[in-house]
Amino acid sequence: MSSPAPVLQSEWTKIRTVASTKWTLLLALLVTVALGAVVSAVMNNTFDDLEGVELATFDPTYVSFAGTSLGQLAMIVFGVLVVGTEYSSGMIRTSLQAVPRRGLFYVCKIAAATALAFVVAMLTSFLTFFLGQALLGDHAASIGDENVLRAVVGGGLYMTLIAMLAMGVATMLRSSMLSLGILMPFMFLVSPILSAVPGAKDFARYLPDQAGSRIMRVVPNALNSGETPYGPWGGIGIMLLWVAAALIGGYLVLKNRDA
Amino acid sequence: MTKRYGKTLAVDNLSFQVHPGHVTGFLGPNGAGKSTTMRIMLDLDAPTAGGVRIDGKHYRELAEPLSYMGALLEAKAMHGGRSAYNNLLCLAQSNRIPRARVDEVLDIVGLSAVARKKSKGFSLGMGQRLGIASALLGDPKILMFDEPVNGLDPEGIHWIRNLMKNLAAQGRTVFVSSHLMSEMALTADHLIVIGQGRLLADTSMADFIATNSRSYVRVRSPQHEELKDAFQRAGLTAVEVGDGSFEVEGADAAKAIGELAAQNSLTLHELSPQQASLEEAFMQMTAGSVEYHAHHPGDPTTPGAPGPQWGPGWGGAPAGDDTEKKG
Repeated sequence: MSSPAPVLQSEWTKIRTVASTKWTLLLALLVTVALGAVVSAVMNNTFDDLEGVELATFDPTYVSFAGTSLGQLAMIVFGVLVVGTEYSSGMIRTSLQAVPRRGLFYVCKIAAATALAFVVAMLTSFLTFFLGQALLGDHAASIGDENVLRAVVGGGLYMTLIAMLAMGVATMLRSSMLSLGILMPFMFLVSPILSAVPGAKDFARYLPDQAGSRIMRVVPNALNSGETPYGPWGGIGIMLLWVAAALIGGYLVLKNRDA
Repeated sequence: MTKRYGKTLAVDNLSFQVHPGHVTGFLGPNGAGKSTTMRIMLDLDAPTAGGVRIDGKHYRELAEPLSYMGALLEAKAMHGGRSAYNNLLCLAQSNRIPRARVDEVLDIVGLSAVARKKSKGFSLGMGQRLGIASALLGDPKILMFDEPVNGLDPEGIHWIRNLMKNLAAQGRTVFVSSHLMSEMALTADHLIVIGQGRLLADTSMADFIATNSRSYVRVRSPQHEELKDAFQRAGLTAVEVGDGSFEVEGADAAKAIGELAAQNSLTLHELSPQQASLEEAFMQMTAGSVEYHAHHPGDPTTPGAPGPQWGPGWGGAPAGDDTEKKG
């Protein structure tokens, strides 16, 4: 029986030898950090305009993570392409000839891609925090402040989980285009719109992105974002359930369908 | 094994064995179920019923399968954004095949010069060579190629023919599909013919040729009855074909017939030696696959049975009568 180590090495080679890996991850990092820096700088300059609830719930850590909403889209593209290109190129049939144990193939692919996503996401998260705080001047938080380290590590976890969600969805749909066509509008439109609609708001809180991003807030209702019925780790737990569902769904499709 | 897609039966109770040391040709028209069968052999598709064992094992049970069985299914089943070398490297790594072997197979298929180029820029022929390289990667005992000559230039076709023969000569099992009989005639030692997912023939190439490459002479004369009598007196077996011509077995019968006609002062309008090609035999076999299967499943002699079915009037009742007489 083939063991995981060679398959992991093979999947790692696959990931590092395509240009899309470099571009998507670089974009995720740059967009998150740059947008976070811009928002932090603007906040610093307009801090005196803040009033009432917004002032009371000012969360410098969360402000520096403002770029996540856009940077996560590049993370999604990374996760989708890692899986989707196997299908669009027909490589999947060659891959499964080399590793016919589909469970092993799947776990190794997800593991290799997740490991890389994790490293980039953590780097992004710490970079965006420190740069953001530097630009927030007198209003900055310190990494040693209560719950701040949790939020920063959480930001990295969130980005990693987003990539994993994309991998699971792409395996289920077996198509990059279809997966991006569903995930992009969902993250960019559906989820924010639902959270703004009064009736749908309670439901929208349990969507993977909204539940997961709770961990990046040091102040629970940061910038008047509303209370959540779960805590930071509870939110990550909810997101984990979504990710698990997507990955298990992907496994079942891969296991049971003709390649 | 059987494979059903919805209502379509792609592979219908197909059963055969492939043995080492030979090139086994897997022949059938487009849509006969060749590729489906090959995908099932590799556990890519699950059969609706039955299964494939490779030396008693399922493909998915093979440890490091590339070292056991190599296959080329489609020319472009590689990531186009990755170089030829890296495409092969990630396959090699998954089966613990040393890196040096990647350079080796690229050299064997003649792609060393473009090893670092992205494979999406490859022509169909180059893609085919890359696919063959991936099949050879693990130096496997069993090799399977699906339409390997597709897209290759004449030099490439010549190369793949020799490659397959050499691989078989080394004692390996070579299983190659094609929809071209002429191609198979040049490479295969053994033939498995399928049509509409059913087995039509499982025979050695030599037998197939002996049975099907019939040569005969077509004779046509306005003095039809006189010619028939002359044949009878001379002891020549002539088969009457529907359109009023005769067919006489043997390519060298033309000389005897010409002389016979001259002796009897008979006018001939046609005296032409004919050779039934293997391609014709194959087309005949697969065209009526359902019927043949119903009467003689897997009997290689049935579809190629000599007789008036070769003539233009094949299928006509009088021709059938003549077959009986002749027999």
